[in-house]
Amino acid sequence: MSKAILEERKDQVHRTGHGNPVEIACNKESLAGAVSQRACVFCGSRVVLYPIADALHLVHGPIGCAVYTWDIRGALSSGPELHRLSFSTDLQELDVVFGGEEKLTAALDELIDRHKPKAAFVYSTCIVGIIGDDLEAVCKEMSLKKKIPVLPVMSEGFKGNKRAGYLAACKAMFQLVGTQDISDVPKLSVNILGDFNLAGEIWIIRKYFERMGITVVANITGDGRVEDIGRCHGASLNLVQCSGATLDLAKMLQETYGTPFIRVSYIGIEDMADSLYQISDFFKEIDPTIVEKTETLVREELSTLMPEIARYRKDLEGKKVAMYVGGSFKAFSLIKAFRHLGMKVVVCGSQTGTKEDYNELAEIADPDTILVDDANPLELAEFIKEKNVDLFVGGVKERPIAYKLGVGFCDHNHERKEALGGFEGMLNFAKEVHSSVMSPVWNFVPRRANRNKGVNKETGNV
Amino acid sequence: MSKTSNYVSTTNACKLCTPLGASLAFRGVEGGIPFLHGSQGCATYMRRYIISHFRESIDIASSALGEKNAIYGGGPNLKKGILNVMIKYEPKVVGVATTCLTETIGDNVPMFLSEFKKEFSELPLPEIVQVATPSYNGTHTDGWHGAVQAITEQLCLEKTSASDTVNILPNMVSCEDIRHLREICEDFEIASTILPDISETLDGITLEDYVKIPTGGTPLKDIKKMSGSKATIEFGRCLPEKTGGASLQERFKTPNYRIGLPIGLRESDVFFETLSKISGKKIPRRYEQQRGRLVDAFVDGHKYVFGKRAVVYGEEDLVTGLCSFLTEIGIDVILVGTGSKNKNLETHIKDITRDVATCVPEVHEGVDFFDIAARAEELKPDILIGHSKGYQYAKAWDIPLIRVGFPIHDRFGGQRTKHIGYEGTLSLLDRIINALLEKKQNDSPVGYGYL
Repeated sequence: MSKAILEERKDQVHRTGHGNPVEIACNKESLAGAVSQRACVFCGSRVVLYPIADALHLVHGPIGCAVYTWDIRGALSSGPELHRLSFSTDLQELDVVFGGEEKLTAALDELIDRHKPKAAFVYSTCIVGIIGDDLEAVCKEMSLKKKIPVLPVMSEGFKGNKRAGYLAACKAMFQLVGTQDISDVPKLSVNILGDFNLAGEIWIIRKYFERMGITVVANITGDGRVEDIGRCHGASLNLVQCSGATLDLAKMLQETYGTPFIRVSYIGIEDMADSLYQISDFFKEIDPTIVEKTETLVREELSTLMPEIARYRKDLEGKKVAMYVGGSFKAFSLIKAFRHLGMKVVVCGSQTGTKEDYNELAEIADPDTILVDDANPLELAEFIKEKNVDLFVGGVKERPIAYKLGVGFCDHNHERKEALGGFEGMLNFAKEVHSSVMSPVWNFVPRRANRNKGVNKETGNV
Repeated sequence: MSKTSNYVSTTNACKLCTPLGASLAFRGVEGGIPFLHGSQGCATYMRRYIISHFRESIDIASSALGEKNAIYGGGPNLKKGILNVMIKYEPKVVGVATTCLTETIGDNVPMFLSEFKKEFSELPLPEIVQVATPSYNGTHTDGWHGAVQAITEQLCLEKTSASDTVNILPNMVSCEDIRHLREICEDFEIASTILPDISETLDGITLEDYVKIPTGGTPLKDIKKMSGSKATIEFGRCLPEKTGGASLQERFKTPNYRIGLPIGLRESDVFFETLSKISGKKIPRRYEQQRGRLVDAFVDGHKYVFGKRAVVYGEEDLVTGLCSFLTEIGIDVILVGTGSKNKNLETHIKDITRDVATCVPEVHEGVDFFDIAARAEELKPDILIGHSKGYQYAKAWDIPLIRVGFPIHDRFGGQRTKHIGYEGTLSLLDRIINALLEKKQNDSPVGYGYL
């Protein structure tokens, strides 16, 4: 009776090549009982807004939602660290009966006085959606009382999937936009959207922009500040990295303030360089010297990076990779980054990819690559075995799947504590991949031990 | 300081939610898979949380409710979900725990499940156990105990023939603790049913293939025979009235011995004596030796620890056991905190420390780390003892943190930490003394090499 892929999920798996048109079902609710790797709407909102470091993030609900998101990410702040605390109204049985608005009011009152945040985000959880607390009214009243923005984030867990949470977060943030003076914002200015400053990655990127003469108005949201978001409409260009998370905000900024946006990626050599060139192209009419500055920057960075990469590549040439990521945009960059290491991506999946994303993925992927939407442990294990990969890229939930099968793993999600963005990040990435793939420990795990004995090479089984 | 009377907000909670505890307990049944009836996020968040402690895959299914289900009820998704889990995992037991969402929309889970069993009676159905775990009521320990009770009540249904087996309901201890328990029973030559048994299922080995449900866990056939066992021993002074052990006693007259978590000398003595009493066997020499070594180490180490001030936090029964142990070695437990409520913790701690403690511990239920830190800052502890979540405070106060219990997110080997018995106590003692010595050495301008 056992099956790795359930009948109802068959159309969420696609194999590239062979002239098959990409018809992958996606952006739908997870299947009951499928053990999806995906979280919920609340998770989507929390991921996006979490790194805004001088805001209070209050989770309105029972304790679980707040405690499971307490400081789990690697988003660093150069100043305040309010985001690293876990605030909750910790709703109890009686609140479910009589409503939690009073508690919410009391909690906001107390926490705002205690921490003096620049703004407060109030996340609604499943239960708040059911008991019908008027989050918006409480927040509005509290904004007036405390004279700071208190923003409801409508993120009831069951109201869609993670993408709905991204939108809820963007809507909440957009209320901050336009609240600050922009008279001193220079022409050569950008906002960084959709980077979460994991292990300080934004600091790497900002240095590149500095060298190009570009001012960053707001980091949205890694190392984020409320006031910066308030004046982000003054920037000339929005750079959107994680499009799932922040493209909605970029669109709102474009519609309301006319700010154009481009999609960028700071992951891998090509995409990092391409992104910088795109930006310099955008600004070259205002400052013609920017083109040369950018070329110099890329040349300098690559001249130190490439010899190092070559050393790792020697060992990694021909190795195979499976990856399962949150947003699919990162997957494009990773496929290219792995090519620089001589490695081939043979399985690629995401939690929240769209049709367009998967089409694009299919275009750049090699033939016979497995594309998968909203996967689960058994499917992932099956694909790892089928393709006999040497490395798996994912997050904490995927790590034991790889390890149990005796496969190296690289953590490339929000919890990582190593900077993998920018040119320096590429070097860290190569180092990490190398250290996992080349570790001698794999000689001792049953699948590899048997392979070395000359048993079935495809499955590793005797 | 208790949050029960006047509401204050929660900052950095010292507890987890009820369904998480239930999921962990269900994972300790052979062929068992936890199933959360709620929205997808709950299962995923808990999996992430559990994985970072155990470093082990934990597949928790979800009925993945969406907006429509929240309005019209989650029954169809629950049934479909169980069917899908059956196809994919072939479980022997599905442990269904509710969440705040399904409790609040009023899903009648027992009814859905009995409908399910009728509708699909022609299929080879797994056992299905269900427990109500609204996360707005209680903590993960309540979820754990609730699931253990549900397992005994729903799977052990009739009186089986009398056996010499001893049931042990070990509370929330580590995988290593369970292995140690089994070893103790083997040395006593006692057949035991340890429920739940997470020793293999949450601390597995690397295999040829990815196993859908890891081997190990309390065998279903043993659970069904718990009614005929000679006795039940359940660990925990703070347990609710209704537990697995109490239910077996009530329904089948299986004698229930409720003793403290065997941490420290005296609580371990109680455990070994209880085993000896039930089995009629002498305590094996090995454990007399272990006890002797522990006392010897108490003596060797007493000067390093006497009068040191400790703050202890975490699950109610774990902290009670720790307090018992710490007072035995002359550490002043100045503050005890737990996120749980209505556990009568103060009384239990007073009872167990009364005869030896040099100070009366201040005990607080229903607190978060904001409260614990505020009070601890006044009390100036020398050492913190609890799970990983106290790290930032230990760092701020520049004092050692001894990591015990669950979760250990920032160190390696949390699942292999031994806490119980003479041996577990000895390893805790070593760690505590060494942490204090290291601190002394680091703070010393001389940095003595002999301490």
